[in-house]
Amino acid sequence: MKKLLILGAGTAGTMVANRLRKQLDTAEWSITLVDQNPTHYYQPGFLFIPFGVYGKRDVIKPKRDFMPAGTELILAKINAIDPEAQKVELGDGRTLRYDYLIVATGADIHPEQTPGLSEDAWGKTIHTFYNYEGALALAETFRGWKGGRLVVNVVENPIKCPVAPLEFLMLADWYFHERGIRDKVELIYATPLPGAFTKPLASKLLGGLLEEKGIKVEPEFMIERADPDARKIVSYDEREVEYDLLVSVPLNTGAPVIGEAGLGDDLNFVPVNKNTFLSNKYPNIFALGDASNAPASKAGSVAHFAVDTFGENFVRYVEGGELKPLFDGHANCFIESGFGKGLLIDFNYDTEPLPGRYPLPGVGPFTLLEESEANHWGKLLFRWMYWNLLLKGEELPLPARMSLAGKWKR
Amino acid sequence: MATRTIAGKTVTVNDEGFMTNPAEWTQEIATELAKEEGIPALSEQHWKIITFSRQDAGAAGKSPTLRRITTGTGLSTKDLFSLFPKGPAKKVARIAGLGKPEGCV
Repeated sequence: MKKLLILGAGTAGTMVANRLRKQLDTAEWSITLVDQNPTHYYQPGFLFIPFGVYGKRDVIKPKRDFMPAGTELILAKINAIDPEAQKVELGDGRTLRYDYLIVATGADIHPEQTPGLSEDAWGKTIHTFYNYEGALALAETFRGWKGGRLVVNVVENPIKCPVAPLEFLMLADWYFHERGIRDKVELIYATPLPGAFTKPLASKLLGGLLEEKGIKVEPEFMIERADPDARKIVSYDEREVEYDLLVSVPLNTGAPVIGEAGLGDDLNFVPVNKNTFLSNKYPNIFALGDASNAPASKAGSVAHFAVDTFGENFVRYVEGGELKPLFDGHANCFIESGFGKGLLIDFNYDTEPLPGRYPLPGVGPFTLLEESEANHWGKLLFRWMYWNLLLKGEELPLPARMSLAGKWKR
Repeated sequence: MATRTIAGKTVTVNDEGFMTNPAEWTQEIATELAKEEGIPALSEQHWKIITFSRQDAGAAGKSPTLRRITTGTGLSTKDLFSLFPKGPAKKVARIAGLGKPEGCV
């Protein structure tokens, strides 16, 4: 019996377990997942919680509900990984041996890495919506907020879902408008990037949208520290941005246990081949989802497309075949722009987001890089797809590799 | 791909002015590119960072991030910002003849 061990039962871990359980012979392969948290979070939903669109029950379900028959889920902390001896030590004292290891431990926020961020003001005048508790606390603060300067700051890239900070600002514009206090709220986006987004054309179009909505961008702002008493953030080049309420996207890193095992880079992300997800160091270790250093967006859609290409590759590889460079960096993201509208961007390693139409039989087309109501509904529909199709490894009517169909080339 | 002549040598560059072939780089080119980036003279500390970045990129196949440079050189992020004002990761990569840093997806 060969042993496949999957560390992390989040989006990527759950999807790959479902996919491989169908593709690997149950008589020959055992599949075990380890995760310390029994709850599965619908992370894209965190964005909507501060504005009262989603509540607690919309974004959590038990992980066990998504484990396919013939897999084992162990709820325990991962204490250590020993890639040479091919074993993993758990917090409950058990040791698991493996033939193949898939690291899917994701990325998490580390506000303690920026001075001043996670001290007394955390949860009061400094918030985040990048985890469940943070999003709920911010919802509470927003309910009683009378207005002022709201600053959104990204500490350092890469972050999970690079469009989420923009969506947050555009939803805030809508939310305060509806509450009748938009004229009392200043919205500022302090980002380390030179503009609104990472890719040139999308940055220009999204930047235009922010301007239309009266959202000010403070570009190339690398935060050195927060000063909660003076209510300002200070950059390395000594620029200061004052706030009444700071919404931080803290440093994102992979799991510390990855670094301790010598499997990580400076941010504890696992260096992998960006087309196959094979570790650069070990021929029997892969990293999927946010846990890898692949230069693709850290997003659920990317993890889905990655798993789509990974399944067949893995089966071929363990039977002695070659890994094919199948994953092209494909990302497909609905961007909420407020007032019941949204945008869609679709891109990969080589092609930046382009305007046009995204064809989807039965539902689409969706407008690319252009606001429409259909895109907003697409985003809300996505939550149903996530819980009911995506996690269970069902086929979606979306090709894994990016297509140029409907896109307008420059 | 465009070419341009820097410090008497013709090299290939992309449309953002980053050299595309690190092997074409020379120290004289670095001095010229530094001037274009508003750094009139390169000090010992500048060179320490440039040398580290070229070695690291040679091994990793991509320009180092700021975090990598601080870990590798022992200099602080604050130092990097005073040596290469505004966007040190990008400036270091350009002066060191490396591609534009990725990783900000």
